[in-house]
Amino acid sequence: MKFIHIFLIVINILNFNLLKADEIKTESEIAKNLRCLICQGQSVYDSDSEFAISLKLAIKDKIQQGMSEEEIYSFLKMKYGEWILYDPVFNRNTYFLWLLPILIFLVGGAIIIKKFYYKK
Amino acid sequence: MKSKFIPLIFILIFIITFVIFYKGLKNPNIYTPNTNLEKDVPPFELKSFENDSIIISEKIFKNNDYYLMNIWASWCIPCKVEHEFLMKLKNNEKIKLIGLNYKDNFKNASSFLNDLGNPYDLIVSDRDGTASIEWGAYGVPESFLIYKSKIIKRFIGPINNEDLLEIQKLIR
Repeated sequence: MKFIHIFLIVINILNFNLLKADEIKTESEIAKNLRCLICQGQSVYDSDSEFAISLKLAIKDKIQQGMSEEEIYSFLKMKYGEWILYDPVFNRNTYFLWLLPILIFLVGGAIIIKKFYYKK
Repeated sequence: MKSKFIPLIFILIFIITFVIFYKGLKNPNIYTPNTNLEKDVPPFELKSFENDSIIISEKIFKNNDYYLMNIWASWCIPCKVEHEFLMKLKNNEKIKLIGLNYKDNFKNASSFLNDLGNPYDLIVSDRDGTASIEWGAYGVPESFLIYKSKIIKRFIGPINNEDLLEIQKLIR
C-alpha cells in the first residue's frame, strides 16, 4: 500500500514537471514570434528591454490563465496592432509578399516549359 | 523569340524590385501606434502606491470627469521633463491625474515626488509592468486621456507644451 502511495506521488511530481516544461515551451514559442517594439529587429524572446521583460511576464500570466496561443496573439494584436506579429496577415498591403513566390514559380515553370518545347 | 523573352524577364524583375524598394524605403520602419482611438479603459486591479490596498479601475473611472492616466517612473529621464507640465495640469479642476508607477521602487519614486512635487490625485503601482501591457503601452512616459471610461487620446513620450494646450482645449 505504501509503495503505491509513493509511486503515485512520484508520478504526480513527474507529470507536473512535464506540464511546467510545456508551459515554458509555449511561452518562448510565442515570445519568438513577437517583434520587440523598442528594439526593432529583435524578437521579444531575444530582447532584455523593460518592455520585453514585462511582455514575457504577461504572456506567462496569460498562459496560466488558460489562454491559448491564438488567443494571446489576437490579444496582443488588439493592443499593439499587427506590427507586433512577425507573421504578416494576408491583406492589401501584404498580398504581393505572399503571391510573389508563387508568381516567380510560375514564371520559372513557364521558362522551363518553353525551353523544353523549343528544344524539341 | 528567345532573344526577346530574356530581356523582357530582366526588365520585369528590375521593375518589380524597384517598386518594392520604392515603396518599402518610404515606409517608416518604427512602431507608430494609433493615438486617436476610442477604446475602452482596460480593467485592472492594482496595488496603491502608498499602501498595499487594492485599487480597481471601475471605481476610478466611473465619473464623467476627464482623467489623465500617466505612466511614469523615477528612473525615467523624460518623465522629469514632462513633470512641470503635469504640475500645471494639476491646477486644472476639470481633470484628474492618475499616475501609474512603472517598475519602480517606493523609495526612489517618493523622493522623486518630494523633489519635484506630486501632481497626481491617485497613484497605482505596476511593479512588473504587466498592467502597462494591458494598456498597450510600450515605454515610459506615456499618457492616456480618458473620458467616460474611454481612452480618447494617447500621448507617447513626454508631454510637452503643445500636448498641454491640446489637453486644455479638449477638456474645456
